[in-house]
Amino acid sequence: MALNEYIASRKQNKDLLLMTHVVCGYPSFDANLKELEIMAEAGVDFVELQFPFSEPSADGPLFVKANQIAVESGVTVEQCFEFMAKVSQRFDFKVLMMGYYNTVFKMGHEAFVDALKAAGGCGFIVPDLPLEEAGALHDYAKSQDIAPIVLMTPTNTDARLQTIAKAADGFVYVVARRGVTGGKTEMDAEVGEFLDKCRDISPVPTGVGFGVSAKEDLDFLAKHADMGIIGTAALKAWEEGEEKALRDFFGSLGLL
Amino acid sequence: MDLFDFEPGREGYYGEYGGCFLPEILTTTIEELKAAFQDIKHDPSFWQEFEQLMQSYSGRPTPVSHLANLSAKLGGAQIYVKREDLNHTGSHKINNVMGQGLLCKRLGKKRVIAETGAGQHGFATATMAARFGFDCKIYMGAVDVARQRPNVFWMENLGAEVVAVQDGQQTLKDAINECLRDWVTNMHDTHYVLGTAAGPHPFPEMVSYFQSIIGREARGQIQKVAGKLPDRVFACVGGGSNAMGLFQGFLDDQQVELVGCEAGGLGPGEGNHASRLAYKDASVGVAQGFKTYFLQNKDGNMLHTKSVAAGLDYIGVNPALVHLWERERVRFEAVTDAEVTEALKLCMKTEGLIPALESSHAFARAIEEAPKMSKDEVILINQSGRGDKDIFTVADALDDDHWKEFIKVKAEHYGAE
Repeated sequence: MALNEYIASRKQNKDLLLMTHVVCGYPSFDANLKELEIMAEAGVDFVELQFPFSEPSADGPLFVKANQIAVESGVTVEQCFEFMAKVSQRFDFKVLMMGYYNTVFKMGHEAFVDALKAAGGCGFIVPDLPLEEAGALHDYAKSQDIAPIVLMTPTNTDARLQTIAKAADGFVYVVARRGVTGGKTEMDAEVGEFLDKCRDISPVPTGVGFGVSAKEDLDFLAKHADMGIIGTAALKAWEEGEEKALRDFFGSLGLL
Repeated sequence: MDLFDFEPGREGYYGEYGGCFLPEILTTTIEELKAAFQDIKHDPSFWQEFEQLMQSYSGRPTPVSHLANLSAKLGGAQIYVKREDLNHTGSHKINNVMGQGLLCKRLGKKRVIAETGAGQHGFATATMAARFGFDCKIYMGAVDVARQRPNVFWMENLGAEVVAVQDGQQTLKDAINECLRDWVTNMHDTHYVLGTAAGPHPFPEMVSYFQSIIGREARGQIQKVAGKLPDRVFACVGGGSNAMGLFQGFLDDQQVELVGCEAGGLGPGEGNHASRLAYKDASVGVAQGFKTYFLQNKDGNMLHTKSVAAGLDYIGVNPALVHLWERERVRFEAVTDAEVTEALKLCMKTEGLIPALESSHAFARAIEEAPKMSKDEVILINQSGRGDKDIFTVADALDDDHWKEFIKVKAEHYGAE
């Protein structure tokens, strides 16, 4: 099923889709599976599997630590794809690769997309690959029905947002604020206006991430976007009390 | 040869290397920076303003000196040095920093951030920020903070806030990551003063441009003092800024051989050194905003690096230098820690010069090659920094017993307070 059809079908039953995030191999692949079981129970629609990288310069402190420990413990790209294959077979939600461009570059564009497809992934999010450099990778991915997810950000000019919209596939990842992952975003009128603009410009559904952590955030986003994206907040809950805390967290979102 | 005359659609590329790989959120900031840099580059009054500032504030032009004793002792080529160590703050880093300070003023930004490894660039940036009235935050790996306290002392006393970065290997590359994180948050009022000719376009071009003051001066000076162009030019290469600075003066002189000297650390083998080109442990990758040779594993995760010289201890290298290396315009050599300390001792004893451990890499290679050259040949070395300022690290490298004794007494004295 193409990504837009999947999104449309999931949206029949709810106002806002949800995407969550795990860092592969942190704290362990076994722990990842336990996190994903809870996420599946909460009804998430997409999960980003982050392939750990030694220089995660777009991430905030918690994900930086997770990347670093995963790399140090010897997590490989091959293991991440094996894990992705297992996850995409076992769960109903769709799976995307999230990571840094060097992981893709070292494999080679085609080998990367082929491996992603073979592992059941539906797309990828690579935040340090700008559109200007993405042409060849994106073209090949689209030819294989793999969606390259592009990002819209509050510092973009309107003209740039239009350019990004032209490259969009699957859904657009809208970055709610300046900064790195984690930390709080004030979901105020200004943010709402920006999200509405992105939704207006984007030819595909929009998902909003960075600082999304509470039920009020999701209620707000339901009015301005198609999907909420929760990253750091879920890992923070896991760090505080593993399964119970993560269940409580999704409970606090009204999803469990 | 104009390295910076980019082909359409290949802006910021030197052959296959360079480019700009940054998160979308920085696109507008980078566009502004590129435009502001193009403005100053094409404004003849800017270079004049820059030169005058470097003259009044940093003592430029720095001299080119003949090392008659060392040349005689080695019995080969005549050795000359470009004395970048005589700059204010003790290294070539100030050239780039003051240039970016003037640029920052034109951008209307009030806050600067910078990464630093050995502390030289952070020190220079703190100086510039004090002079221009900018708020200043310096990111420095926690390991480097621990081994370079004197530079931290000066940065703090100059009014900068120094943040010890606890992530990763806690060295230069991790400080760069932390700067990028600050920049994606505060780009509206903050300029990132990247310290070396690496990272995303336009930094390699911009830093090379400010550092070209070294080569512009040196080309005329060496002809005056040696009566001819040099046969070989040696510069150490970490990120590549001092080498790019000096080499640009001689790029079009095909008879001048350019030699980049990398940190060989303990010698070849993964994790033992920081040599990207002379040894064969590096491969092409994309990280920290640009494409170049990185010391990395097959998955693209970065390897640990090792060098006695913190300023050369970096995973990647200036993309233009890689391009020039592939075209065989620049030769790359690695110098081990052991060779570096021997060269430093020889320089001190024969010439009374104290090159920084970084610059001592260039000296070591020149000392190795000079005896095999004829007496009418000329070598030019870039003494990019002074070693006396880094007395703690140099004393460690030389394993000096009297110094250790002094530190023990001093520590006891502080402990008793």
